[in-house]
Amino acid sequence: MPSDSILLRDALMRCVRAFFYDRGFTEVETPIRLKIPCMELHIDAEPSGDHFLRTSPEIFHKRLLAAGHERIFEIGKCFRRGEYGARHHPEYTMLEWYRANADYMDMLAETKALVSAVAGVGDPGFQGLVDSREWKTVSVSDAFHQYAGWDPVGSFDEDRFDIDLVEKVEPALKKMGGPVVLIDYPVEAAALSRRKPGDPRVAERWELYIDGIELANAYSELTDPAEQRHRFEQCAEQRKSLGKLVYPVDETFLQSLEKMPPSGGVALGVDRLLMLMAGAVSLDQVLPFR
Amino acid sequence: MYSASDLKKGLKIEIDGDPCVITNFDFSKPGKGQAIYRCKIKNLVSGNQFEKSYRSGDKVERCALVSRACTFSYNDGINYVFSDNETFEEALLGEDLLGDAKHFIVDDMKVEILFHNDRALDITLPNFVEMVIAETEPGARGDTATNVMKPAKLANGYEINVPIFINEGDTIRIDTRDGVYSDRVSKG
Repeated sequence: MPSDSILLRDALMRCVRAFFYDRGFTEVETPIRLKIPCMELHIDAEPSGDHFLRTSPEIFHKRLLAAGHERIFEIGKCFRRGEYGARHHPEYTMLEWYRANADYMDMLAETKALVSAVAGVGDPGFQGLVDSREWKTVSVSDAFHQYAGWDPVGSFDEDRFDIDLVEKVEPALKKMGGPVVLIDYPVEAAALSRRKPGDPRVAERWELYIDGIELANAYSELTDPAEQRHRFEQCAEQRKSLGKLVYPVDETFLQSLEKMPPSGGVALGVDRLLMLMAGAVSLDQVLPFR
Repeated sequence: MYSASDLKKGLKIEIDGDPCVITNFDFSKPGKGQAIYRCKIKNLVSGNQFEKSYRSGDKVERCALVSRACTFSYNDGINYVFSDNETFEEALLGEDLLGDAKHFIVDDMKVEILFHNDRALDITLPNFVEMVIAETEPGARGDTATNVMKPAKLANGYEINVPIFINEGDTIRIDTRDGVYSDRVSKG
């Protein structure tokens, strides 16, 4: 394992790029300064002059998918206002990739392959963690039943969901140790994912936790412009009622959804991956200029 | 009022009328969810520790703590009575609150008392206090080594280790922060 976080990051980046090049992906660059940030209830964009800094490259990647680019990835800085802690930094490195004609389970298989491919670069403890242990998959419904005593699917309560997730479910996932995939979120927490065919109360979304640290988020992407517009409008109302800045609806994005093939996408926090690979407990140990 | 995003380790806040301090702090934000500020909190009156989570929209009461310069007046048998140097208002502090500090309070001592509203929470004595040794065995003649210690008692019964050359009636200086002998001021 490299002797410091600078060398470890370099080794990881080489490994990640090789992984995607091998699989026929195109590395893309998308705008960092945006007129319209992606509307999400609890993610706030940092203003930059008359623009905003991106909170994620998602919108542009979907436009590229709609334009016919079927395998794309990007590694770049994203910015989220007010997020600072042992596992958060307001400027962080995101790895985001999309694959056309794939769903969230295909993306899970690809994520496992990626994590295994890069594990050798890190601390031997990390390699053991991801290679020798079985990747467990738990539905949000089962996890909440077991650890919080209620089922958010069908009877969603946002405040209770967020607090129980942090206080009860995530600590239980940490105890399980190794990679755990929390899967099938209540549709109210779907964000930009599509509903599960056959169970409209659930969205095709998963979050990967390794040793209790949330590392990656994936969707079967929502490609229905009408439903996406409805979700944006709902989100705008909620943001307004919370006294948060409301971003306009991105019409160019909604138009492009009409041509977007069914796709799967993953967003992975590179700094958190480095943290896990280094056996570190805080981002302090892998962000030298924090 | 503080908003949840102002919370941090060491911040003093008020919960249900009691002053509290945040002893540990963790920022959590589960994917796509709202920020959760998880705090370990100590109640400054009862000393109880507990955990509490705040959501981003939550408001938290500020805690107005004031430190006032006071002078020790007398002990009424139950409480130690101090008077405010500016207002001459009396403040009564019980033995529980004083802890070990009670042994080192002398007449007219200038102290700092920390108040929350009108309730005294904590007291800070001068770092050093001079006191007279009431009881100790005489040291062996000729033994002048300074690092050999022996037990002694103050007039109030407080037991303290002093160097072997200290005799009954000597005045010594004690560090009030740890209750340990510092040096000899004068012979008795």
